[in-house]
Amino acid sequence: MDLFASSVVQGIVQGSLYALIALGPSLTYGLLRILDVANAAGLALGAYVGLEAFTLTGQWWLALVAGALAGAALGWLLQRLLYRPILGRGPIVPLVAGIGVFIAAEEAFRLVFGPYNRAFPAVIPLPTLELAGTRIPGVETLSVLIGVTVFPATWLLLRRTRLGLAWRAASQDREIAQAVGINSGRVIASIFLIGYALAAIGGVLLGVTYNTVYPTMGDIPAYKMLAIIVLGGLGNPLGTILAAMLLGLLETFVVAYFGFVLPRDAIAFIALILILLVRPQGLLPGDVVVQ
Amino acid sequence: MSLDYLEVVLVTLAIYAILAVSLNIVAGYAGQPNLAQGAFFGIGAYFAAVLSAHYGWSFWATIPAAIATAGLAGLVLGAISLRLREDFLAVTTIGLNFVVVAMFQYVPFFGGAVGVYAIPLPSIGSHQFGDGDFLAVGLAMLSVVAGLSLYLERTWFGAALLAIKDDEAAAAATGIPVAPYKIGAFVLSSGLGGLAGALYAPFLSAVTPTSFGFSESVVILAMLMFGGIGVIAGALAGAIVLGALPEVFRFISDYRLLTFGAILVLMLRFQPQGLFGIDSAALRALSRVSQRWAGRHGPPHGAGKVGASRGPA
Repeated sequence: MDLFASSVVQGIVQGSLYALIALGPSLTYGLLRILDVANAAGLALGAYVGLEAFTLTGQWWLALVAGALAGAALGWLLQRLLYRPILGRGPIVPLVAGIGVFIAAEEAFRLVFGPYNRAFPAVIPLPTLELAGTRIPGVETLSVLIGVTVFPATWLLLRRTRLGLAWRAASQDREIAQAVGINSGRVIASIFLIGYALAAIGGVLLGVTYNTVYPTMGDIPAYKMLAIIVLGGLGNPLGTILAAMLLGLLETFVVAYFGFVLPRDAIAFIALILILLVRPQGLLPGDVVVQ
Repeated sequence: MSLDYLEVVLVTLAIYAILAVSLNIVAGYAGQPNLAQGAFFGIGAYFAAVLSAHYGWSFWATIPAAIATAGLAGLVLGAISLRLREDFLAVTTIGLNFVVVAMFQYVPFFGGAVGVYAIPLPSIGSHQFGDGDFLAVGLAMLSVVAGLSLYLERTWFGAALLAIKDDEAAAAATGIPVAPYKIGAFVLSSGLGGLAGALYAPFLSAVTPTSFGFSESVVILAMLMFGGIGVIAGALAGAIVLGALPEVFRFISDYRLLTFGAILVLMLRFQPQGLFGIDSAALRALSRVSQRWAGRHGPPHGAGKVGASRGPA
């Protein structure tokens, strides 16, 4: 088996999942300058709701749709009830409040859905690819597809849609944007709807890829997503996607070629700290953050 | 029996209070987001544990060692912080937890995944420590840390930290040496966090890598935010209320973390300055009550005074 080829595929699969999870918080940061950890609760919620939908109907796409809807609903509620009222309180209050939501949500999942790992035996009927002797199951093909399309899709969203224009304007100066008629309340709501739906889709894919769903499955994605959006340059969604892919590949290659010298989860943060020391503004400077 | 249990809870609260008050120096006074206090706590605890269990150091000798090692780690973070802006720093401190925990797990000196166990009980002469002695030492340490913090508020250094928090550029323009002061705040704050670790290790008699790290750091920062960041009374109140919560809610232990998260979120949503933060509702109510009852009951332990002296700043 070709270790290199399979590492590339695995790295892209990981990277796409990271990109899905990190894109929402990155858009949110650009807009509101807050780090939204609760987004990872959207991931686990999506996985659970997706699993319930799959168990009921046996349809994999219904699982994705139901998960995404549940995630979006959580995102909308959080921005309406929690984040918008505390926007003027500096960056730390929303960060810690988001962590609080995340802690409470994980406990709620444990109480509602049970503390044990649950299998997610959905099969996504995409052709199972053979690449250099490695079998790539349908769900990973889907992740790779998402991985290749998420960058151009985000670029189009930011550059070619009214929402993207509004996001860019509001992220430069929310008050002025509001003054020229951009309803920043609606922009914030849309960004949360999209971001949490993406995280929820990421959760469903994560659950299917590893065939397991459990209450704390958002933990590691939550920490990594923070590393990723910082690495990519805070407030720069395209940089976030790039950083997600790089981290997915880096982790997969380090694990494949060096074994478990380091816990996989420390790699992200060691890379983060080293890169930040050389480039304090992240890999790509944010559109809006660095003048 | 129940007295023993109460003592154990109180020692735990004292440790949390030391951690919250020491975190307040860098996060409250200097305004630097720090989600790594659990890691510094762990570094102190680990060095105290290894030195006493494997190298035969006495408890009293491990205290300065724990402060020094945690302070040294704080020096590194402080140096890093000079290059990073607020949110970058917050995430870097989150990452530091994972790096430190990985270090505990993989460096043989720290005992690997099992950690360090059979940490000897401290003793004075031939008298071995009981829970009561731990409580006495814990309260003494807390008084020292709180006293130091209180003293800091009255010094030029403390005032300079507040200025750095408000506006770094303006502080630099008035001649405050921003870089060394920031690093100083980090060193002091993390060193005192290490002090809490020196008490924790022999008290639990074992340390494991997973006892420290991100969730512990979150709990400590949550206590500080809950009580009121920037105010010593807030740090103490937060540590006591959130620290005692698991004990109070023992009968519904299944909902412990849910309650913790929910209370934290509600507090930050409706009272972002915390229980005793500047101009908080609790503080205003307290000062009203104390004014009305002044003749009959005396002022309620000076909480209003702390808020008032910090109010105009």
